[in-house]
Amino acid sequence: MHKHPSLAELVDAVKAFVDDTAAPNLTGHAAFHARVASNVLATIQRELYQGPTAEEDEKARLLLLTKATETESLDTLNRSLCRSIRVGEMTPATPGLIDHLKSTAIAQLNIDQPRYSGARRLKEG
Amino acid sequence: MPQDIESALNALASNLGESGSKIANLRRLSGGASQETWAFDLLNENGSTSRRILRRAPNGVSAARSDNAMTLPVEAALIRSARAAGVPAPSVIHICEESDDIGEAFIMDFIEGETIAPRILKSGALGEARAALAAQCGESLASIHTLDKSTLPQLEASSAIDQLDRYEELYLGYDIPRPTFDLAFQMLRKSAPAPLDPVLVHGDFRLGNLMVDENGLAGVLDWELAHLGDPREDIGWICVNSWRFGRTENRVGGFGELDDLLSAYATAGGQRFTPADIDWWEMLGSLKWGIMCMTMYDIYRTGADPSVERAAIGRRVSETEIDLIALMEARLTDA
Repeated sequence: MHKHPSLAELVDAVKAFVDDTAAPNLTGHAAFHARVASNVLATIQRELYQGPTAEEDEKARLLLLTKATETESLDTLNRSLCRSIRVGEMTPATPGLIDHLKSTAIAQLNIDQPRYSGARRLKEG
Repeated sequence: MPQDIESALNALASNLGESGSKIANLRRLSGGASQETWAFDLLNENGSTSRRILRRAPNGVSAARSDNAMTLPVEAALIRSARAAGVPAPSVIHICEESDDIGEAFIMDFIEGETIAPRILKSGALGEARAALAAQCGESLASIHTLDKSTLPQLEASSAIDQLDRYEELYLGYDIPRPTFDLAFQMLRKSAPAPLDPVLVHGDFRLGNLMVDENGLAGVLDWELAHLGDPREDIGWICVNSWRFGRTENRVGGFGELDDLLSAYATAGGQRFTPADIDWWEMLGSLKWGIMCMTMYDIYRTGADPSVERAAIGRRVSETEIDLIALMEARLTDA
Protein backbone atom coordinates (compact mmCIF):
# COMPACT_ATOMS: atom_id res chain seq x y z
CA MET A 1 0.00 0.00 0.00
CA HIS A 2 1.14 3.51 -0.75
CA LYS A 3 1.81 5.69 2.31
CA HIS A 4 2.28 9.04 0.61
CA PRO A 5 0.27 10.88 1.60
CA SER A 6 0.03 9.11 4.93
CA LEU A 7 -3.20 8.95 6.92
CA ALA A 8 -1.82 11.60 9.26
CA GLU A 9 -1.08 13.93 6.34
CA LEU A 10 -4.56 13.42 4.90
CA VAL A 11 -6.19 14.19 8.24
CA ASP A 12 -3.99 17.30 8.61
CA ALA A 13 -5.11 18.49 5.19
CA VAL A 14 -8.82 17.94 5.92
CA LYS A 15 -8.51 19.65 9.32
CA ALA A 16 -6.85 22.68 7.70
CA PHE A 17 -9.69 22.85 5.18
CA VAL A 18 -12.37 22.67 7.91
CA ASP A 19 -10.62 25.27 10.11
CA ASP A 20 -9.41 27.75 7.51
CA THR A 21 -11.91 27.47 4.66
CA ALA A 22 -15.18 25.80 5.67
CA ALA A 23 -15.73 27.05 9.24
CA PRO A 24 -15.29 30.79 8.50
CA ASN A 25 -18.04 30.51 5.86
CA LEU A 26 -20.57 28.86 8.17
CA THR A 27 -22.93 30.33 10.76
CA GLY A 28 -25.17 29.09 13.53
CA HIS A 29 -25.58 25.36 14.02
CA ALA A 30 -23.44 24.49 11.01
CA ALA A 31 -20.55 26.56 12.42
CA PHE A 32 -20.90 24.71 15.72
CA HIS A 33 -20.78 21.35 13.94
CA ALA A 34 -17.68 22.48 12.02
CA ARG A 35 -15.94 23.11 15.35
CA VAL A 36 -17.01 19.66 16.56
CA ALA A 37 -15.73 18.16 13.30
CA SER A 38 -12.37 19.90 13.73
CA ASN A 39 -12.10 18.54 17.27
CA VAL A 40 -12.88 15.06 15.97
CA LEU A 41 -10.08 15.36 13.40
CA ALA A 42 -7.70 16.36 16.21
CA THR A 43 -8.79 13.25 18.13
CA ILE A 44 -8.03 11.13 15.05
CA GLN A 45 -4.57 12.70 14.82
CA ARG A 46 -3.85 11.90 18.46
CA GLU A 47 -5.14 8.34 18.12
CA LEU A 48 -2.96 7.80 15.05
CA TYR A 49 0.13 8.78 17.01
CA GLN A 50 -0.69 7.49 20.49
CA GLY A 51 -3.19 4.67 19.90
CA PRO A 52 -0.85 1.79 18.99
CA THR A 53 1.43 2.23 22.03
CA ALA A 54 -1.55 2.82 24.35
CA GLU A 55 -3.19 -0.43 23.20
CA GLU A 56 0.05 -2.41 23.51
CA ASP A 57 0.56 -1.16 27.06
CA GLU A 58 -3.08 -1.84 27.95
CA LYS A 59 -2.83 -5.38 26.64
CA ALA A 60 0.39 -6.07 28.54
CA ARG A 61 -1.24 -4.90 31.79
CA LEU A 62 -4.39 -6.94 31.12
CA LEU A 63 -2.36 -10.08 30.47
CA LEU A 64 -0.65 -9.67 33.85
CA LEU A 65 -3.93 -8.93 35.62
CA THR A 66 -6.10 -11.66 34.08
CA LYS A 67 -3.29 -14.23 33.62
CA ALA A 68 -4.67 -14.92 30.13
CA THR A 69 -2.67 -16.16 27.16
CA GLU A 70 -1.10 -13.73 24.76
CA THR A 71 -3.27 -14.84 21.85
CA GLU A 72 -6.42 -13.24 23.32
CA SER A 73 -7.63 -10.01 21.71
CA LEU A 74 -7.82 -6.76 23.64
CA ASP A 75 -11.62 -6.89 23.48
CA THR A 76 -11.73 -10.43 24.89
CA LEU A 77 -9.33 -9.48 27.68
CA ASN A 78 -11.48 -6.48 28.61
CA ARG A 79 -14.65 -8.58 28.58
CA SER A 80 -12.98 -11.12 30.82
CA LEU A 81 -11.89 -8.34 33.20
CA CYS A 82 -15.47 -6.97 33.30
CA ARG A 83 -16.76 -10.44 34.13
CA SER A 84 -14.24 -10.91 36.95
CA ILE A 85 -15.32 -7.59 38.45
CA ARG A 86 -19.01 -8.37 38.14
CA VAL A 87 -18.76 -11.74 39.86
CA GLY A 88 -16.58 -10.27 42.60
CA GLU A 89 -13.35 -12.12 41.74
CA MET A 90 -11.75 -8.71 41.42
CA THR A 91 -12.52 -5.80 43.71
CA PRO A 92 -11.11 -2.32 44.18
CA ALA A 93 -8.63 -3.92 46.60
CA THR A 94 -7.21 -6.31 43.97
CA PRO A 95 -3.54 -5.39 43.58
CA GLY A 96 -2.93 -3.59 40.31
CA LEU A 97 -6.58 -3.25 39.28
CA ILE A 98 -7.12 0.43 40.04
CA ASP A 99 -3.64 1.28 38.73
CA HIS A 100 -4.44 -0.51 35.47
CA LEU A 101 -7.80 1.26 35.07
CA LYS A 102 -6.15 4.57 35.84
CA SER A 103 -3.35 4.10 33.28
CA THR A 104 -5.90 3.01 30.67
CA ALA A 105 -8.21 5.95 31.37
CA ILE A 106 -5.32 8.46 31.26
CA ALA A 107 -4.11 7.08 27.92
CA GLN A 108 -7.66 7.20 26.52
CA LEU A 109 -8.24 10.73 27.82
CA ASN A 110 -4.94 11.90 26.31
CA ILE A 111 -6.45 10.92 22.96
CA ASP A 112 -10.09 11.93 23.55
CA GLN A 113 -9.84 15.14 25.59
CA PRO A 114 -6.28 16.03 26.65
CA ARG A 115 -7.41 19.24 28.34
CA TYR A 116 -10.08 17.65 30.57
CA SER A 117 -9.79 18.81 34.17
CA GLY A 118 -10.41 15.42 35.77
CA ALA A 119 -6.87 14.13 35.42
CA ARG A 120 -5.70 16.79 37.87
CA ARG A 121 -7.72 15.11 40.62
CA LEU A 122 -5.99 11.74 40.30
CA LYS A 123 -3.57 10.69 42.96
CA GLU A 124 -0.02 10.19 41.68
CA GLY A 125 0.10 6.57 40.52
CA MET B 1 -48.88 18.62 11.71
CA PRO B 2 -48.49 22.40 12.07
CA GLN B 3 -45.86 23.76 9.70
CA ASP B 4 -46.15 27.41 10.50
CA ILE B 5 -45.36 28.20 14.10
CA GLU B 6 -45.35 31.93 13.46
CA SER B 7 -48.94 32.12 12.16
CA ALA B 8 -50.12 29.79 14.93
CA LEU B 9 -48.50 32.06 17.53
CA ASN B 10 -50.00 35.16 15.87
CA ALA B 11 -53.45 33.61 16.15
CA LEU B 12 -52.74 33.00 19.84
CA ALA B 13 -51.24 36.42 20.55
CA SER B 14 -54.19 37.80 22.52
CA ASN B 15 -53.79 34.86 24.96
CA LEU B 16 -50.10 35.45 25.53
CA GLY B 17 -50.18 38.80 27.32
CA GLU B 18 -52.57 41.49 28.47
CA SER B 19 -52.88 43.19 25.08
CA GLY B 20 -50.84 40.98 22.79
CA SER B 21 -51.59 41.67 19.14
CA LYS B 22 -48.90 39.93 17.11
CA ILE B 23 -45.51 38.31 17.44
CA ALA B 24 -42.09 39.05 15.95
CA ASN B 25 -38.48 37.83 15.96
CA LEU B 26 -39.34 34.14 16.28
CA ARG B 27 -36.10 32.21 16.51
CA ARG B 28 -34.99 28.75 17.56
CA LEU B 29 -32.64 28.74 20.54
CA SER B 30 -29.81 26.24 20.73
CA GLY B 31 -29.73 23.69 23.49
CA GLY B 32 -32.46 21.34 24.62
CA ALA B 33 -31.81 17.99 22.99
CA SER B 34 -35.23 16.45 23.45
CA GLN B 35 -37.52 19.51 23.19
CA GLU B 36 -37.54 22.50 20.87
CA THR B 37 -37.10 25.90 22.52
CA TRP B 38 -38.06 29.05 20.63
CA ALA B 39 -37.90 32.70 21.64
CA PHE B 40 -40.17 35.44 20.29
CA ASP B 41 -41.36 38.96 21.02
CA LEU B 42 -45.00 39.66 21.78
CA LEU B 43 -46.01 43.09 20.48
CA ASN B 44 -48.70 44.61 22.70
CA GLU B 45 -51.39 47.02 21.54
CA ASN B 46 -50.02 49.77 23.77
CA GLY B 47 -46.72 49.63 21.87
CA SER B 48 -44.75 47.70 24.51
CA THR B 49 -42.99 44.41 23.83
CA SER B 50 -42.87 41.29 26.02
CA ARG B 51 -40.43 38.47 25.47
CA ARG B 52 -41.76 34.92 25.46
CA ILE B 53 -40.46 31.37 25.21
CA LEU B 54 -42.16 28.51 23.37
CA ARG B 55 -41.30 25.01 24.46
CA ARG B 56 -42.47 22.43 21.99
CA ALA B 57 -42.11 18.70 21.35
CA PRO B 58 -39.88 17.98 18.32
CA ASN B 59 -42.03 19.02 15.32
CA GLY B 60 -44.91 19.36 17.73
CA VAL B 61 -45.26 15.62 18.12
CA SER B 62 -44.79 13.97 21.49
CA ALA B 63 -42.88 10.80 20.73
CA ALA B 64 -42.50 7.85 23.05
CA ARG B 65 -38.97 8.34 24.34
CA SER B 66 -36.59 5.78 25.69
CA ASP B 67 -35.55 8.05 28.57
CA ASN B 68 -37.87 9.05 31.37
CA ALA B 69 -38.62 12.56 30.10
CA MET B 70 -42.16 13.72 30.81
CA THR B 71 -44.73 15.24 28.45
CA LEU B 72 -44.85 19.02 28.03
CA PRO B 73 -48.24 19.59 29.73
CA VAL B 74 -46.88 17.73 32.79
CA GLU B 75 -43.70 19.83 32.67
CA ALA B 76 -45.80 23.01 32.48
CA ALA B 77 -47.92 21.96 35.47
CA LEU B 78 -44.78 21.13 37.41
CA ILE B 79 -43.18 24.52 36.68
CA ARG B 80 -46.37 26.21 37.92
CA SER B 81 -46.27 24.23 41.18
CA ALA B 82 -42.58 24.98 41.70
CA ARG B 83 -43.08 28.68 41.06
CA ALA B 84 -46.02 28.79 43.44
CA ALA B 85 -43.75 27.25 46.08
CA GLY B 86 -41.21 30.05 45.67
CA VAL B 87 -38.71 28.38 43.34
CA PRO B 88 -37.36 30.91 40.82
CA ALA B 89 -38.88 29.49 37.64
CA PRO B 90 -40.48 30.98 34.55
CA SER B 91 -44.15 31.88 34.62
CA VAL B 92 -46.17 29.51 32.39
CA ILE B 93 -48.54 31.67 30.36
CA HIS B 94 -50.34 29.23 28.10
CA ILE B 95 -50.48 25.46 27.68
CA CYS B 96 -51.29 24.76 24.04
CA GLU B 97 -54.37 22.81 23.08
CA GLU B 98 -55.09 20.89 19.93
CA SER B 99 -57.07 23.83 18.48
CA ASP B 100 -53.98 26.06 18.79
CA ASP B 101 -52.50 24.05 15.88
CA ILE B 102 -48.96 24.24 17.21
CA GLY B 103 -48.51 20.72 18.55
CA GLU B 104 -47.60 19.66 22.07
CA ALA B 105 -46.21 22.89 23.53
CA PHE B 106 -46.49 25.58 26.16
CA ILE B 107 -45.54 29.25 26.32
CA MET B 108 -43.77 30.92 29.20
CA ASP B 109 -42.26 34.20 30.24
CA PHE B 110 -38.69 34.95 29.18
CA ILE B 111 -36.23 35.25 32.08
CA GLU B 112 -33.24 37.54 31.40
CA GLY B 113 -29.81 36.20 32.20
CA GLU B 114 -27.07 33.81 31.17
CA THR B 115 -27.32 30.01 30.89
CA ILE B 116 -24.02 29.20 29.18
CA ALA B 117 -21.80 27.66 31.86
CA PRO B 118 -18.33 28.88 30.74
CA ARG B 119 -19.69 32.45 30.55
CA ILE B 120 -21.25 32.20 34.01
CA LEU B 121 -17.94 30.92 35.39
CA LYS B 122 -15.78 33.58 33.69
CA SER B 123 -17.85 36.75 33.34
CA GLY B 124 -16.50 39.70 35.33
CA ALA B 125 -20.02 41.11 35.67
CA LEU B 126 -21.20 37.91 37.37
CA GLY B 127 -18.54 37.81 40.13
CA GLU B 128 -20.99 38.68 42.92
CA ALA B 129 -23.55 36.32 41.44
CA ARG B 130 -21.05 33.45 41.58
CA ALA B 131 -20.25 34.20 45.22
CA ALA B 132 -23.94 33.97 46.15
CA LEU B 133 -24.88 31.12 43.83
CA ALA B 134 -24.06 28.05 45.95
CA ALA B 135 -26.26 29.26 48.81
CA GLN B 136 -29.02 30.27 46.39
CA CYS B 137 -28.89 26.80 44.80
CA GLY B 138 -29.22 25.32 48.30
CA GLU B 139 -32.30 27.46 49.00
CA SER B 140 -33.93 26.59 45.69
CA LEU B 141 -33.21 22.89 46.10
CA ALA B 142 -34.74 23.01 49.60
CA SER B 143 -37.90 24.62 48.14
CA ILE B 144 -38.06 21.94 45.43
CA HIS B 145 -37.44 19.06 47.83
CA THR B 146 -39.99 20.24 50.41
CA LEU B 147 -42.70 20.96 47.82
CA ASP B 148 -46.06 19.49 48.81
CA LYS B 149 -46.34 16.36 46.67
CA SER B 150 -50.14 16.59 46.61
CA THR B 151 -49.83 19.68 44.35
CA LEU B 152 -47.76 17.83 41.75
CA PRO B 153 -48.77 16.07 38.55
CA GLN B 154 -48.23 12.32 38.42
CA LEU B 155 -44.46 11.67 38.32
CA GLU B 156 -42.28 8.62 38.01
CA ALA B 157 -40.55 7.42 41.18
CA SER B 158 -36.86 6.50 40.97
CA SER B 159 -34.75 5.60 44.00
CA ALA B 160 -30.98 5.12 44.17
CA ILE B 161 -31.31 1.40 43.48
CA ASP B 162 -33.81 2.01 40.66
CA GLN B 163 -31.25 4.29 39.04
CA LEU B 164 -28.42 1.79 39.44
CA ASP B 165 -30.64 -0.89 37.90
CA ARG B 166 -31.75 1.27 34.98
CA TYR B 167 -28.29 2.54 34.06
CA GLU B 168 -26.68 -0.87 34.49
CA GLU B 169 -29.26 -2.38 32.14
CA LEU B 170 -28.50 0.35 29.58
CA TYR B 171 -24.74 -0.16 29.95
CA LEU B 172 -24.95 -3.94 29.54
CA GLY B 173 -27.30 -3.49 26.58
CA TYR B 174 -24.68 -1.50 24.64
CA ASP B 175 -22.28 -4.45 24.95
CA ILE B 176 -19.24 -2.16 25.06
CA PRO B 177 -16.90 -3.27 27.88
CA ARG B 178 -15.71 -0.44 30.15
CA PRO B 179 -14.28 -2.20 33.25
CA THR B 180 -14.23 1.05 35.24
CA PHE B 181 -18.02 1.20 34.97
CA ASP B 182 -18.38 -2.42 36.16
CA LEU B 183 -16.22 -1.62 39.16
CA ALA B 184 -18.19 1.56 39.91
CA PHE B 185 -21.50 -0.35 39.78
CA GLN B 186 -20.11 -2.96 42.22
CA MET B 187 -18.77 -0.32 44.58
CA LEU B 188 -21.98 1.76 44.53
CA ARG B 189 -24.17 -1.29 45.15
CA LYS B 190 -22.06 -2.39 48.11
CA SER B 191 -22.17 1.05 49.73
CA ALA B 192 -25.66 2.29 48.78
CA PRO B 193 -27.06 4.62 51.45
CA ALA B 194 -30.34 3.87 53.24
CA PRO B 195 -33.15 5.48 51.23
CA LEU B 196 -34.85 8.67 52.43
CA ASP B 197 -38.51 9.54 51.97
CA PRO B 198 -39.03 10.36 48.28
CA VAL B 199 -39.33 14.05 47.40
CA LEU B 200 -39.65 16.04 44.19
CA VAL B 201 -36.21 15.88 42.50
CA HIS B 202 -35.44 18.26 39.61
CA GLY B 203 -33.25 15.65 37.93
CA ASP B 204 -30.93 17.95 35.95
CA PHE B 205 -30.05 20.78 38.35
CA ARG B 206 -26.71 22.14 37.03
CA LEU B 207 -25.23 25.03 35.04
CA GLY B 208 -26.76 24.97 31.59
CA ASN B 209 -30.22 24.62 33.11
CA LEU B 210 -29.91 27.55 35.55
CA MET B 211 -30.55 31.14 34.47
CA VAL B 212 -28.04 33.43 36.22
CA ASP B 213 -28.06 37.24 36.33
CA GLU B 214 -25.96 39.74 38.28
CA ASN B 215 -27.94 38.92 41.45
CA GLY B 216 -27.36 35.18 41.09
CA LEU B 217 -29.95 32.47 40.44
CA ALA B 218 -32.79 33.95 38.37
CA GLY B 219 -34.50 30.81 37.12
CA VAL B 220 -34.46 27.02 37.29
CA LEU B 221 -35.16 25.63 33.81
CA ASP B 222 -35.59 22.29 32.04
CA TRP B 223 -37.80 20.30 34.37
CA GLU B 224 -38.36 17.39 32.00
CA LEU B 225 -36.28 14.90 34.04
CA ALA B 226 -38.03 15.68 37.35
CA HIS B 227 -39.21 12.68 39.34
CA LEU B 228 -39.82 11.50 42.89
CA GLY B 229 -36.58 10.39 44.44
CA ASP B 230 -33.82 11.00 46.95
CA PRO B 231 -33.02 14.67 47.72
CA ARG B 232 -29.29 13.90 47.68
CA GLU B 233 -29.52 13.01 43.97
CA ASP B 234 -29.88 16.69 42.92
CA ILE B 235 -27.09 17.82 45.26
CA GLY B 236 -24.69 15.12 44.03
CA TRP B 237 -25.50 15.88 40.38
CA ILE B 238 -24.38 19.53 40.51
CA CYS B 239 -21.12 18.32 42.11
CA VAL B 240 -20.27 15.95 39.21
CA ASN B 241 -16.91 17.06 37.79
CA SER B 242 -18.28 17.23 34.23
CA TRP B 243 -20.63 20.00 35.48
CA ARG B 244 -17.73 21.99 36.97
CA PHE B 245 -16.66 22.95 33.43
CA GLY B 246 -12.95 22.90 34.21
CA ARG B 247 -13.17 24.60 37.63
CA THR B 248 -12.54 21.32 39.43
CA GLU B 249 -11.52 23.04 42.66
CA ASN B 250 -15.08 24.34 43.20
CA ARG B 251 -17.15 21.28 44.01
CA VAL B 252 -20.55 22.89 43.41
CA GLY B 253 -20.89 23.46 39.67
CA GLY B 254 -17.39 24.93 39.31
CA PHE B 255 -18.42 28.04 41.27
CA GLY B 256 -19.05 27.21 44.94
CA GLU B 257 -18.42 25.29 48.13
CA LEU B 258 -20.63 22.37 49.10
CA ASP B 259 -20.70 23.56 52.73
CA ASP B 260 -22.32 26.83 51.61
CA LEU B 261 -24.97 24.99 49.59
CA LEU B 262 -25.73 22.51 52.39
CA SER B 263 -25.98 25.09 55.14
CA ALA B 264 -28.35 27.29 53.09
CA TYR B 265 -30.31 24.13 52.21
CA ALA B 266 -30.80 23.22 55.88
CA THR B 267 -31.66 26.81 56.86
CA ALA B 268 -34.31 26.90 54.12
CA GLY B 269 -36.03 23.81 55.49
CA GLY B 270 -34.12 20.99 53.79
CA GLN B 271 -32.55 18.11 55.72
CA ARG B 272 -29.13 18.61 57.24
CA PHE B 273 -26.53 16.77 55.14
CA THR B 274 -22.73 16.69 55.37
CA PRO B 275 -20.46 16.76 52.28
CA ALA B 276 -19.69 13.09 52.95
CA ASP B 277 -23.42 12.30 52.54
CA ILE B 278 -23.13 13.57 48.97
CA ASP B 279 -20.05 11.55 47.92
CA TRP B 280 -21.99 8.42 46.93
CA TRP B 281 -24.40 10.51 44.85
CA GLU B 282 -21.63 12.38 43.06
CA MET B 283 -20.13 9.04 42.08
CA LEU B 284 -23.53 7.80 40.86
CA GLY B 285 -23.84 11.06 38.89
CA SER B 286 -20.49 10.57 37.11
CA LEU B 287 -21.46 7.02 36.24
CA LYS B 288 -24.87 8.12 34.95
CA TRP B 289 -23.31 10.87 32.81
CA GLY B 290 -20.84 8.35 31.36
CA ILE B 291 -23.71 6.06 30.38
CA MET B 292 -25.74 9.00 29.06
CA CYS B 293 -22.79 9.76 26.75
CA MET B 294 -22.90 6.13 25.58
CA THR B 295 -26.65 6.54 25.01
CA MET B 296 -26.10 9.63 22.87
CA TYR B 297 -23.39 7.84 20.89
CA ASP B 298 -25.76 4.86 20.49
CA ILE B 299 -28.22 7.20 18.72
CA TYR B 300 -25.44 7.72 16.16
CA ARG B 301 -24.43 4.05 16.11
CA THR B 302 -27.96 2.90 15.31
CA GLY B 303 -28.27 5.48 12.52
CA ALA B 304 -31.07 7.49 14.17
CA ASP B 305 -28.99 10.69 14.15
CA PRO B 306 -25.96 10.81 11.83
CA SER B 307 -24.57 14.12 13.21
CA VAL B 308 -20.89 14.53 14.07
CA GLU B 309 -21.96 15.87 17.47
CA ARG B 310 -23.66 12.58 18.37
CA ALA B 311 -20.65 10.59 17.23
CA ALA B 312 -18.15 12.78 19.07
CA ILE B 313 -19.92 12.65 22.43
CA GLY B 314 -18.98 8.97 22.64
CA ARG B 315 -15.44 10.18 23.26
CA ARG B 316 -16.57 11.96 26.42
CA VAL B 317 -17.08 8.65 28.20
CA SER B 318 -13.40 8.58 29.20
CA GLU B 319 -13.77 11.81 31.20
CA THR B 320 -16.22 10.05 33.49
CA GLU B 321 -13.85 7.09 33.84
CA ILE B 322 -11.13 9.40 35.11
CA ASP B 323 -13.57 11.01 37.55
CA LEU B 324 -14.87 7.65 38.77
CA ILE B 325 -11.35 6.40 39.39
CA ALA B 326 -10.49 9.53 41.40
CA LEU B 327 -13.67 9.05 43.47
CA MET B 328 -13.05 5.31 43.98
CA GLU B 329 -9.49 6.00 45.12
CA ALA B 330 -10.77 8.61 47.57
CA ARG B 331 -13.29 6.10 48.99
CA LEU B 332 -10.59 3.43 49.35
CA THR B 333 -8.30 5.87 51.16
CA ASP B 334 -11.09 6.95 53.50
CA ALA B 335 -12.22 3.40 54.25
